[in-house]
Amino acid sequence: MKKFMFVNRKAPYGTIYALESLEVVLITATFDQDVSLVFIDDGVYELVKGQQTKGIGIKNFSPSYRALEGYDVEKLYVDRASLDQRGLAESDLLVPVEVLDAQQMGELMAQQDVILSF
Amino acid sequence: MLHIINKSPFDASSLDTCLRMAQPGHALLLIEDGIYAAAKGSAVESRVAEACTKFSVFALQPDMDARGMTGKLMDGITLTDYAGFVDLVEQHNTSHSWL
Repeated sequence: MKKFMFVNRKAPYGTIYALESLEVVLITATFDQDVSLVFIDDGVYELVKGQQTKGIGIKNFSPSYRALEGYDVEKLYVDRASLDQRGLAESDLLVPVEVLDAQQMGELMAQQDVILSF
Repeated sequence: MLHIINKSPFDASSLDTCLRMAQPGHALLLIEDGIYAAAKGSAVESRVAEACTKFSVFALQPDMDARGMTGKLMDGITLTDYAGFVDLVEQHNTSHSWL
């Protein structure tokens, strides 16, 4: 089993990165790997509660983050400074996460076998 | 661990965020538009100079040459070529290509 980290640094609907990341995460989990997701910079916007996408005609994929638990993907980490800069708190997020500082995030990255950036 | 940056520091937050998270002893490789961070006299010079004291910092010479920036290379940054790029990836257990 390898340690895979998915680094999410883009907001959800302006580009396709966030959705593509989620799809690759689900594929990786199917292969029974150790999967971590981290949300940094605008990536923290992917997890904001209350997304309503009807008006823009794009599927709201944010409920999928809540389904990750069912695939044994339970390691979700969020960068504290990225939340703070955007006026967000842990209570604004739609899933339970672990909030880390930059040093903890850097240490976690260095422990991975594979890092995929989105 | 090796961090690879390919975006201009004036266009993207990847360099700043990387520098915030990189740990002492990690390596940083600037490629493509990321090489603009390696230039003397820019607004990010002091941040990059500080990074050079904590990390090994490399810049890909073909990308510096292509952009006419090789003559502006800051002290403390090592130029490398494609073979050196491969060596860096091989020498580190983990690589992260920041997007």
